[in-house]
Amino acid sequence: MATVELDNIKKRFGGTQVIHGVSTAIEDGEFIVIVGPSGCGKSTLLRMVAGLESVSEGEVRIDGERVNEREPMARDIAMVFQNYALYPHMSVRQNMGYGLKIAGLPKSEIAAKVDEAAALLQLEPYLDRRPRELSGGQRQRVAMGRAIVREPKVFLFDEPLSNLDAKLRVQMRLEIRDLQNRLGITALYVTHDQVEAMTMADRMIVMNAGRAEQIGTPLEVYERPQTLFAAQFIGSPSMNVLDATMQDGVLHLGGATMPAPTTATGKVTVGLRPEHAIADPEGPLSLTVQMGEPLGANTLLHGRIGDGSEAFTISLPGVHHATAGERIAFRVLPENLHFFDPETGARID
Amino acid sequence: MTARDPLVAAAPPLKSGREPAPGMVEKRGRSLWLSHAVMILGVLIVFFPIWLAFVASTVTQSEIIRPPMPVWPGDQFFINYKNALFSGVNVPVATMLMNSLIMAIGIAVGKIIISLLSAFAIVYFRFPGKTIFFWLIFLTLMLPVEVRIVPTYEVVAGFGMLNSYSGLIFPLIASATATFLFRQFFMTIPDELAEAARVDGAGPMRFFWDILVPMSRTNVAALFVILFIYGWNQYLWPLLITTDPEMNTIVMGLKQMFPSGDDFAHWPTIMATSILAMIPPVIVVISMQKLFIRGLVDSEK
Repeated sequence: MATVELDNIKKRFGGTQVIHGVSTAIEDGEFIVIVGPSGCGKSTLLRMVAGLESVSEGEVRIDGERVNEREPMARDIAMVFQNYALYPHMSVRQNMGYGLKIAGLPKSEIAAKVDEAAALLQLEPYLDRRPRELSGGQRQRVAMGRAIVREPKVFLFDEPLSNLDAKLRVQMRLEIRDLQNRLGITALYVTHDQVEAMTMADRMIVMNAGRAEQIGTPLEVYERPQTLFAAQFIGSPSMNVLDATMQDGVLHLGGATMPAPTTATGKVTVGLRPEHAIADPEGPLSLTVQMGEPLGANTLLHGRIGDGSEAFTISLPGVHHATAGERIAFRVLPENLHFFDPETGARID
Repeated sequence: MTARDPLVAAAPPLKSGREPAPGMVEKRGRSLWLSHAVMILGVLIVFFPIWLAFVASTVTQSEIIRPPMPVWPGDQFFINYKNALFSGVNVPVATMLMNSLIMAIGIAVGKIIISLLSAFAIVYFRFPGKTIFFWLIFLTLMLPVEVRIVPTYEVVAGFGMLNSYSGLIFPLIASATATFLFRQFFMTIPDELAEAARVDGAGPMRFFWDILVPMSRTNVAALFVILFIYGWNQYLWPLLITTDPEMNTIVMGLKQMFPSGDDFAHWPTIMATSILAMIPPVIVVISMQKLFIRGLVDSEK
C-alpha cells in the first residue's frame, strides 16, 4: 500500500523526447488507468515507474521516497506483462514463488504464500503444470499470482488483457478490479482500450503523444473532456467533431442555429456525442443516413449532417429501420455540446 | 465384379477397420517399398566398409593378407581387442581413448560454457564496443584452425602446454559458431522475460543460471553432440602438439599405427582400434539424441 507521485516525468531516447512532462499524485489504494493510442508513451511511463526504463528528467516517488535510481526489486513493485512473461521451464508454483526464492524466504513460507495466492486466484489444480499447459486466462492468472505473492506496494499492469478473447477479457477485467479492491494495493494499469479504462479506473490518465491530455475520473473525462483528443478517445462510438461558428451567443452548426451556453466566439470546434442526439421531427439538426448498425439496445446511424459533407454518427435507443438516403431530424441539449479551440484543441467553457 | 471395378474402388471402404481402400494399398505399398529399398541400399553402402573393418578386427594377420579378403568374422575377436586395448602398437588404445575422451569432453563443455557466456554478454548487456566485439567473434568464424595453427603453436609452446590436456583443449575452446547460435536463440527469448526476472529481483547471473541456461538445454544437448564429435575427430592439432605417445589421441594414434617405411602393419589391431575409436561418438550420439528429442518434445511455448 503506497502512494505514487510522478513529478514532471520526461523521457528522451537519444534526441527524441517521448514523454513531455507528466505529473500526477496517486493515492493509496487507487486504481489508475493510463489510456491512449499506441505509441503515445503510456507503456514507457509505466516502465519508468517500474524501473525498467530510466527517467530522463523529473522524479518518481513511491511513498514519498525518490526511487529514480532504484532497481525494480528495490522499488517494491510487481508487474504483469502483456505476454505474461512466465518462465516457460518452471511450474506454476515455481513461477509464482521465484521472486520470494530470490528474496531468500524459507521454503515453507514461500509454499504458504503461493498456496494462499493460488487459492485466491483459483489456481490450485494447476500448481504443478507448466505455463504452456495452461490456457490464456489461466496464464494471465498465474502472472497475477506472481505479482500478488510478493505483496508489493504497487501493482503495474502493462496491457494485461490484450491477448485474451473478448469474453474472457470482460471476466478478467472484473476479477482484476475485484482483487485490487480486496487487497487494497495501489495499481497502475496501461491499456489502449477505452472501455477498460472507463470500467476499471478510479481515475484515468488520457495520454497522447507523450503528454497527459487529461487526468480525472472516467465520468469527468467523459462529461467534461479537457481537450479534443480526450473527447474523441473516450466514449464509443467516438464523439462527432464539427467546425462551427459562434455569433452573439448563437451557434451556427450544419446549416442550423441554436443557442449555446459558452464563452467562445468566432470559429469553434464543436463536439457532440452520438448518444446525446435525441430524435425529434422538430429538431434543428438532421442526418442524411448512409448506413445503419443495429446493435439491439441501440442503433448507430452513420451519415452526413444536414446538407453538408461532414461525416456524422448518431446513436438512437432501440431499433430503427432507417434506409439509406433517409433524413432524420434530431436535437441536442445545449449542455451536451462541447466547445474546443480549433487551434489548440483546448476546451472552452 | 472385380476389385478393379471403378464403382467398388470409389465406394467408401466398408471394412475400413480391417483393410484400407483398395487403390490406396497399391499406391502406398509401392512407394513404401521403394523408399525402404533405397534407404536399405544406402545403409548397406555406408555400412559395408565398417563391416569389413569389423571383420578384419576378428581374424588373424595372415588371413587378412591372403586374398580373397574374408567377409565373415573370424574367432580372434577377444585376442585382437585385448591386444589393442592394453598393448596397442605404440601405446595402449585404452590410454588414447582416455586422452580423446578428456579432450573431446573438455572442448565440448568448454565451448558451450564460453559461448553461452559470450552470447549472454552480447545479447543482454550494453557496453562500449559491443558491436565490434560481436563482429570480431563473427570474423573468427571465417578462420579455420589451420590458418592460425602456427601462431597458436607458438603461444601454446610459450606457455609450456605441449603434451598436456590444457594444450589440447584450450586453443580449440573458443567457438564463434556456438556463440552465434546461442545469440540467435537468446534474441528469440522475449525481453519481458528478462524484465520479469528483474522485477522478481534476479541479478544478471541469477537470470542467466535460473532462466537462460535451463531454457537453452535443448540447444546445449544438440551442440554437445556436434562439438563432442568435433573434438573427438581433431587430428592436425593433437598431431602437432603431442610428441609423447602417452598423450596421443585415438584419431591421430590410429594414423601413427600405420607403418612407416618397410615395417609391416598389424591390421587386426589397427582395425580393432578403428572400431573402438568409433564407439564413444556413437554412444554420445545415441544417448544425447534421446535427451535431445525429449528436450524438443518438452519444449517451451
